[in-house]
Amino acid sequence: MSPAIGATLNRVDGRFKVRGESRYSAEVQVTNLTHAVVVNSKIASGRISAIDTSEAERAAGVLAVLTHRNMGRVATVPRLLPSLAGLAAPGQSFFPMQDESIHYGGQPIAVVVADTIERADHAATLIRVEYETTPATTLLDQDRDRAYVPERIFGGLLPGQNSRGDVAKALAAAEVCVQATYRFAPNHHNPIEPSASTAVWDDVDRLTIYDSTQGPNSVQLTVAELLGLPPISIRVVSHAVGGSFGSKAMVWHHPTLVALAARHVGRPVRLALTREQMFTSCGHREEQEQQITIGAAADGRISALRHHKYSLTSRFDDWAEPSLQSAAVAYTNPNYEGVYHLVRGNTITPTFMRAPGEASGMFALECAMDELAERVGVDPLELRMRNVSDTDPSSGNPWSSSGLRECYQRAAELFGWHDRDPQPRSRREGQWLVGTGMASALYPVTQPVNPQRAKARLYNDGTAVVEAGVSEFGTGVFTAMTQVAADALGLPPERVRFVGGSSDLPNITAAVGSAGTSAVGSAVHVTVCELRDQLIRRAVADDHSPLHGADPARVQVRDGKMVLSDRPDVGETYADLLHRTMTPDVEVLGTWNPPPQDAGYGIHTFGAQMAEVVVDAELGVVRVRRMVGVFAPGRVLNRKLAHSQLMGGMLWGLGQALLEATRMDPRLGRWANSSLADYLVPVNADAPDVVVDTIEQHDDVVNPIGIKGVGEIGVVGAAAAIANAVHHATGRRMYELPITLEKLL
Amino acid sequence: MRPISYSRVSDVGTAIGTVAADPTSAFLAGGTNQVDLLRIYVEQPRRLVDINDLPLKQVEELPGGGLRLGGLARMSDVAEHPTVRRRYPMVSESLVLGASPQLRHMASVAGNLMQRTRCTYFRDTEVACNKRSPGTGCSAMEGVNRGHAVLGTSECCIATHPSDLGVALMALDAVVQTESPAGQRSIPIDDFYLLPGKTPEREHPLSHGELVTGIDLPPLPVAAHSRYIKIRDRESYEFALAAVAVAMSVVDGRITEIRLALGGVATKPWRARAAEAALDGAPATTDSFTRAAEAELATAVPHGMNAFKIELAKRTIVRALTEMTQREGSA
Amino acid sequence: MKSQQAVQTTPTPDSAVVRGPDEVEVRLRVNGENRRMSIEPRVSLLDALRDRLDLHGTKKGCNQGACGACTVWVDRRRVLACLTLAISCENREITTIEGLADGDALHPMQEAFLDLDAFQCGYCTPGQIMSAVALLTEGHAGDDDEIKEWMSGNLCRCAAYPHIRAAIRRVRDEQGGDRAAH
Repeated sequence: MSPAIGATLNRVDGRFKVRGESRYSAEVQVTNLTHAVVVNSKIASGRISAIDTSEAERAAGVLAVLTHRNMGRVATVPRLLPSLAGLAAPGQSFFPMQDESIHYGGQPIAVVVADTIERADHAATLIRVEYETTPATTLLDQDRDRAYVPERIFGGLLPGQNSRGDVAKALAAAEVCVQATYRFAPNHHNPIEPSASTAVWDDVDRLTIYDSTQGPNSVQLTVAELLGLPPISIRVVSHAVGGSFGSKAMVWHHPTLVALAARHVGRPVRLALTREQMFTSCGHREEQEQQITIGAAADGRISALRHHKYSLTSRFDDWAEPSLQSAAVAYTNPNYEGVYHLVRGNTITPTFMRAPGEASGMFALECAMDELAERVGVDPLELRMRNVSDTDPSSGNPWSSSGLRECYQRAAELFGWHDRDPQPRSRREGQWLVGTGMASALYPVTQPVNPQRAKARLYNDGTAVVEAGVSEFGTGVFTAMTQVAADALGLPPERVRFVGGSSDLPNITAAVGSAGTSAVGSAVHVTVCELRDQLIRRAVADDHSPLHGADPARVQVRDGKMVLSDRPDVGETYADLLHRTMTPDVEVLGTWNPPPQDAGYGIHTFGAQMAEVVVDAELGVVRVRRMVGVFAPGRVLNRKLAHSQLMGGMLWGLGQALLEATRMDPRLGRWANSSLADYLVPVNADAPDVVVDTIEQHDDVVNPIGIKGVGEIGVVGAAAAIANAVHHATGRRMYELPITLEKLL
Repeated sequence: MRPISYSRVSDVGTAIGTVAADPTSAFLAGGTNQVDLLRIYVEQPRRLVDINDLPLKQVEELPGGGLRLGGLARMSDVAEHPTVRRRYPMVSESLVLGASPQLRHMASVAGNLMQRTRCTYFRDTEVACNKRSPGTGCSAMEGVNRGHAVLGTSECCIATHPSDLGVALMALDAVVQTESPAGQRSIPIDDFYLLPGKTPEREHPLSHGELVTGIDLPPLPVAAHSRYIKIRDRESYEFALAAVAVAMSVVDGRITEIRLALGGVATKPWRARAAEAALDGAPATTDSFTRAAEAELATAVPHGMNAFKIELAKRTIVRALTEMTQREGSA
Repeated sequence: MKSQQAVQTTPTPDSAVVRGPDEVEVRLRVNGENRRMSIEPRVSLLDALRDRLDLHGTKKGCNQGACGACTVWVDRRRVLACLTLAISCENREITTIEGLADGDALHPMQEAFLDLDAFQCGYCTPGQIMSAVALLTEGHAGDDDEIKEWMSGNLCRCAAYPHIRAAIRRVRDEQGGDRAAH
């Protein structure tokens, strides 16, 4: 039997999805269901001075109108902590509707519950609110002089600044310096499924929440803390999640609000956020500016990097996406300084958005690298090759695995990079200026900080069920886990079922930071290996087994059979063993204890991006003609699914480069384009064919299955490759994303 | 959405009689704009009169060589209609470049002409908007207005008219046929769209209950040599940043007939009469095109983020004329 | 100018019956079955399908005609269920993703989406598939540029677009070209 890992198995949940049968969180069938609609603050700062709910309460079908006056109180407001930590993970250190204060536009101020969605929706418009408005900061530039350097960012996980060597001295001594400032529009995730929660109280202290989340366990723990209930009182189920990209990584207010509302009306309540609410309820990538200075020798070898970021955070938390993390270690560079500067504003706390930090930070670095290449007269690819670091420059530790050089070479072959005329504006086809550009991709591998568990049970017919609390939001994790389990048990994938999506299942941290599949995959691997070993031990100990007395280390499993490694004709099936011993099933709960983040190795994922663009010479319209991305994500569990993720990531980079911008109206303190007609994401016609390849690297440091994750690395560098291609086409450097046509007129 | 009642009618007389008699009622055709606006409370009729069964879906020849598009003909059907494609390619192109295939199957051509602006402030019932709530002010003037108009604006409103079809019809001097209890009317398309002036809430000269029964395309040989080009951030499924409908005839290097209209940059589908005047009889050269574009945009007024549209509109005009000339030259 | 349209001026008395705003009985024909429900006239076809008939395969992504996740067929044409009132679909034939497969056998487009991994999270997928099958009927799948343009009314945030095109090409080619599907 050929191993399942690496094979291009179709998605195990695919059949249900193409038939429309998968149930997403707003689609679970619940009897006696009611519908909730949230009302949001129209101001960004101040307080509610009066709120009149009488008309709404009288409206047809309305069961309750909840405001800060009668909404249940939360027991505590947990501090923001990224869900990767495996504990309660609120999106911000603030919970709304506890008093009349308003801190950001779109803050929930009322919840209406009615018997139908139409009635709840209409009643919500009948609430009359009066506000006392105070001045709000909603743009970075409004309060830039009050910027501060936080002690720590990212929920306390990372320091606010970092340095090594002597940057000032090295920059002063550098033969070439490139200095540039890049600006980034805020971005919103906009998964096509808006977040939704359905809360059902079975009893006064037994709550089930059907929630669209990247981490059912995170939701369970967070809602438990907020409600002041023990985790045993709360079960969170997530059958299928319609995309997330970070918007469902942290636990925002809606599952708790809907739980409180359901308790209030004594009936199950469903709350599906509207598209507009997706812009104010689940965080976003913050507006930011990055200033970067690279010092280099005349041959392009980097001697120093200074990288500062200015961004807007909320009133409650020191949040910045970690934009400086990968840029700090991308190349050999002995002198480094990275500093986060924050400005407090009237916004929900920003959050992870696909390739959080790297999508912006590597854009800045890789555009500056392109300028450096031009300045020193070296091909951009050659410049990167010259600066590849074989060790982690921040620690001097070796990489657990890299593959970066191979990625560059393979991408160059697939793209045809070596024929490139470096001269800007050197290619024109009719109205179109043609350009090509490249960039490096780096994404850190983040280890879970606590044990990851899975459960596996083999039945006496030789089928196995494997369980862990991970949810499926499009990554293909259920499929990959089926493959991991099938291989370790020596079963064909169709005899293995993976079950996830519930907090009742063994604990798995939220699938964030591209670490979802590695966390659950390692747990599953450890667990099924233990199950297999138990079965082998039983066989060799059993008088009636053909394997009796054999050395367990010399027994292999394949095709549902345990056999001697050197005599495959000797052995028996799992089914035979279990039937003979009158055993209905064998079950193992396994634990993977992740290594510490710093285990003597630098752990990063690497890749190379290339893009060809055309720019309308007169009208400034930019279109991407083709993209090539080659990545080294360790081992690839399922080539088909992994390549899909990488391709999707690269097209996210296209969106970031050319289209995506949420625009704030600072007078109102609200987003001015919170719809999918106005916040532009790529459509089919924007997406060129994408060539994806992977360079597999053996890596036994990161985790037992040797994978580094593919969810985000595809985004990193894609926008820079496009911006560099725009420069190559037009001779103009782009310092602001997105690159809209007015910047090229 | 507020509660609504619903009636379905199957003849024009009942339709206009029913709506005219009830000031809180409105026609429901394709619904693509109506249902959207109902849902966000920008429009608040209490009763919808579904007119989708009315016999107004045909595309038919008019005596004298014109073509009548039934008011309820779907965008997709008109776009694919062989006669429309042959005699009025810009009409077909403007339809195909508008909305998405699904929306084009739903939306009627009359509804397309009547669609409301995409101005974010118009669509937000919580903020000032003279078009939605007369006298409250214009939030767009100093707001997020990248998509807003630079032509035909007033101190009250800078909302862009979103229709693509309307732009092609403007270039063609189409005539809008209506019917109301007061009788039938023929309204030249230029009069069918009102400039915002001091009454931006009033976009058409129609009375309540007056129904657009058809759109007449005049017999116009030059229209067979026409095209519609649309510039936008996304390659598809987006409203125009700038659009040009052009029909042109060039004889011996001189422009003998020119019809030009702009979309995406004005408060109504914009007939580019100044450009036409500059082009009429002029040599078909880039110089002429540039001068014409300058002439048309001379009165444009920027409002911050949308300032680029003036230059974009000029260049789009030049592009459209250049492409037409090349096509004519090679034909 | 005299109208070419024969205008009837006599109202048909029962055709202007006012229904609602309270709940009324609405009869729909969905996937070949007659369904009846008591709903207010303001209920969209999308909410009627999802909340009243438990045909949740039709998805709600934006509820304002900007994403295509709610694409269904009304009288065999692809339309958006979110901008369609359910009550206006009486006497029309509605087809949803649940009506596409032939029992357990997937429609060739469903099969192609699965094999070519033309989706990730799966939420936009029913709308994509309903759009893709209709696209072939409409005859706009001649080449990739045409497929791109005519599939641009269906957003896929996972950005499976190149694979969606591959799936459409496969079904087009298997079925002998454009306009030949189902």
